[in-house]
Amino acid sequence: MTGGAMNSDLAAQLLPVGDSALLVGFGRLVDEAVNDRVRALCDAVLAAAPAWLEDVVPAYASLLVCLRPGSVSLARAREEIAALLAALPAQTAAERRVWAIPVCYKGEFAPDMADMERLCGLAAAEIVRLHSGRDYKIYMLGFLPGFAYLGGLDERLHAPRLETPRVKIPAGSVGIGGAQTGVYPLDSPGGWRLIGQTPVSLYDPERAEPIFYQAGDYVRFLPITAGEFAALTADVAAGRWQPQLVKAGDTL
Amino acid sequence: MSAAILRCRVVQPGALSTVQDLGRFGYQRFGIGPAGVMDRTAYREANWLLGNPTGAAVLEMTLSGAKLEFLSAGRCAITGADMAASLNGAPAPRSRAFDVAAGDVLQFGLVRNGLRAYLAFGGGIDVPEVMGSRSTNLRCRLGGFMGRALTAGDELVALPDAGGEPRELPPHIYQPEIELRYVPGPQQDMFDAAAYQVFDNTAYVVSPQSDRMGCRLDGGNLPTGAGTDIVSDGIAFGSVQVANSGQPIVLLADRQTTGGYAKIGTVLSLDLPLLAQALPGTKVRFRPVRAEDI
Repeated sequence: MTGGAMNSDLAAQLLPVGDSALLVGFGRLVDEAVNDRVRALCDAVLAAAPAWLEDVVPAYASLLVCLRPGSVSLARAREEIAALLAALPAQTAAERRVWAIPVCYKGEFAPDMADMERLCGLAAAEIVRLHSGRDYKIYMLGFLPGFAYLGGLDERLHAPRLETPRVKIPAGSVGIGGAQTGVYPLDSPGGWRLIGQTPVSLYDPERAEPIFYQAGDYVRFLPITAGEFAALTADVAAGRWQPQLVKAGDTL
Repeated sequence: MSAAILRCRVVQPGALSTVQDLGRFGYQRFGIGPAGVMDRTAYREANWLLGNPTGAAVLEMTLSGAKLEFLSAGRCAITGADMAASLNGAPAPRSRAFDVAAGDVLQFGLVRNGLRAYLAFGGGIDVPEVMGSRSTNLRCRLGGFMGRALTAGDELVALPDAGGEPRELPPHIYQPEIELRYVPGPQQDMFDAAAYQVFDNTAYVVSPQSDRMGCRLDGGNLPTGAGTDIVSDGIAFGSVQVANSGQPIVLLADRQTTGGYAKIGTVLSLDLPLLAQALPGTKVRFRPVRAEDI
């Protein structure tokens, strides 16, 4: 149909996107193993750094590879990507990076907690325990700078989006929308139910790494008090805060 | 002779005037869109006229242009849309490098042909590079001139300009009806033959609800059958997204990095400048081409 190059990775299809991009599709499932393939190919393309490469956009089950217009033929770029795909290691043995995201789940920071208690039939303490009690894998970043699509929300916390989205949600707000949870990196409109807020900046264009995590990393939400929230806010404002990895020995 | 540095003050900013280069690449995987010029042809021409380095930043003006007062001498070039630019009251050249002196006033008006005019300074506009680019990302309030569109009182400065021989090009004349070639896909299988039949045979009209993020097209929604929701994937410059309503939107420089609607096709990069210059009301037709034939 599209002349998608097949290779040893039978599930992968290389589709032309206009004359200046190729989409490497690995099916249409949200699946951890599929997402690992996407990330491995993304790493391989970035490592190969062909002169024609403009950018890469990894998503749940696909990698968009953008070419600098006029710098290479689609056919040539497709061959090079197919070769990288064929040479991908079956399993990547990358170390598991888990970022600690402190979250205050109380009071003004959790405007929809009462609704969540009602919708889920759970007490706030139980919602916090379930939400903070696991590591979430970052499947992809998109929508806003540093907005992480996280996998693994406990089914007991699934809740419908607001009927009427809020016009402005403060940066750092932690929400639940359907089967997804995440953090708004910037002030933004949005329809997720807000159960907490982090004082740390997930996106800071002034920082050496404006966004410190990437697809494939994990995040863990650590409950903090309002007092700790205020102290961390001051640290962030003074430039004293640094992104923190959960150490190997730390337990949930 | 030491290199000249052009400076100017913004007297009036125009409707939407932003500093742009080719775009901010390498950060889409973090969710940061590329921004960059909408019309890459006019952008390249403006820098070529001045012998500027590839990638020099220019001013992109949409619909109506700025009024600028120069504070020092230098060279300029105007490409893209015709905004009836005048230099000290006399017509300013389009698509030709020209000199300005301290005290000169360059004024752009309402657009007469096309939609976006580009003003380049010899040396290129000097704003800080943020993540490798001088482009303004309005959504993230990032890059360009303090992350925003110009306002009155702003002062633009150029990088040093070594000068160059006078260069000239024929100015573009933008048409009220355009044809855009596109490659079907990448979600070709989400649209049946009837949908492509409609897409290829509709005289669409550019909607007033179009901006740097996307060009919405009125004139007939596509039959979408089971809907157009997909597992979110990356969006290329010029991909034509079809929402569940069936309305096509061509996604442009300020597009989100990823999206959850199927794309029926992607416009060829060479044809995107035509759309970047299409005023609301412009008629648009799509013609499919095979990727193999490009």
